[in-house]
Amino acid sequence: MKEIYARLNKVFESRVRLGIMSALVVNTAMDFKALKDLLDLTDGNLASSLKVLEREGYVNEKKQFIGKKPNTRYSCTASGRKAFSDHLDVLEKLINMKK
Amino acid sequence: MTNEQEYIDALKEIRSIMQRSTRFISLSGLSGIAAGIYALAGTYFAYRLLYENDGSISDGGLMHPGGQVIRPLVFIAASVLILTLATGTWLSYLKAKREGKVFWGQGSMQFLVGVSIPLLAGGIFAIMLMLQGYYGMIVPAFLVFYGLALVHGGRYTVTDIQWPGYVEIILGLVCAIFPENGLLFWALGFGLLHIIYGIIMSLKYGL
Repeated sequence: MKEIYARLNKVFESRVRLGIMSALVVNTAMDFKALKDLLDLTDGNLASSLKVLEREGYVNEKKQFIGKKPNTRYSCTASGRKAFSDHLDVLEKLINMKK
Repeated sequence: MTNEQEYIDALKEIRSIMQRSTRFISLSGLSGIAAGIYALAGTYFAYRLLYENDGSISDGGLMHPGGQVIRPLVFIAASVLILTLATGTWLSYLKAKREGKVFWGQGSMQFLVGVSIPLLAGGIFAIMLMLQGYYGMIVPAFLVFYGLALVHGGRYTVTDIQWPGYVEIILGLVCAIFPENGLLFWALGFGLLHIIYGIIMSLKYGL
């Protein structure tokens, strides 16, 4: 039992980070504004959560220009996808065990 | 043990975010009913134009419409299309606002692109058919391409729009066998089917 708890990914303990990953695994890429609207977050909250995910190597940041406006797009890395799906597996196991 | 609910909530939230971020879910059922009514009205005017043309020699029905009825026919079709798009956008916008959802997000954009490709291709193809004089094939082409648009668009919105899509494709193919009954198929596919679909959607997801 304890071992399974230990396998829960600490990075995804935060609801915000879990939310960002949920959105990025099903979309090829999303920009800052779209993520912000979707998850209903403040700029600061979203930016700091994205930083953490980037540091873990789960999320990729790509800066580009649309016309003259800078636009930052975020996408999920392969290791991020793996970590997220592992985390879901553990959650599922925990719920099933308690049934 | 109190964690159990927490995990279940987390999974629910993940699921909801995945849905909201990829799918346009504010499509209004009421707009389906409106689209059906516009289409039936359009069919009625087209019928009068084609078959009750005071017995003039151009009166060859849908298969050989005379020169002077083509313009009013195109006008009717374009009016129905514009009214349908405007009403659908407006009602869906109101629905999104009422439910506190984002109307113009990644989901709605993908939906729009998804349905536009088959629709544009179909529209251009129909113009070609008209220019080449294959009048009888215009209605089947519209039905088939519209059906394909719905089936494809269903990947980006509630999947419920896929079944009317399949029905439209079948109607279109059958109509190609009986092109002289084009108006009837038009009324079935764009009128009746939209109304049935709209009622089902309204009952399932609210107006």
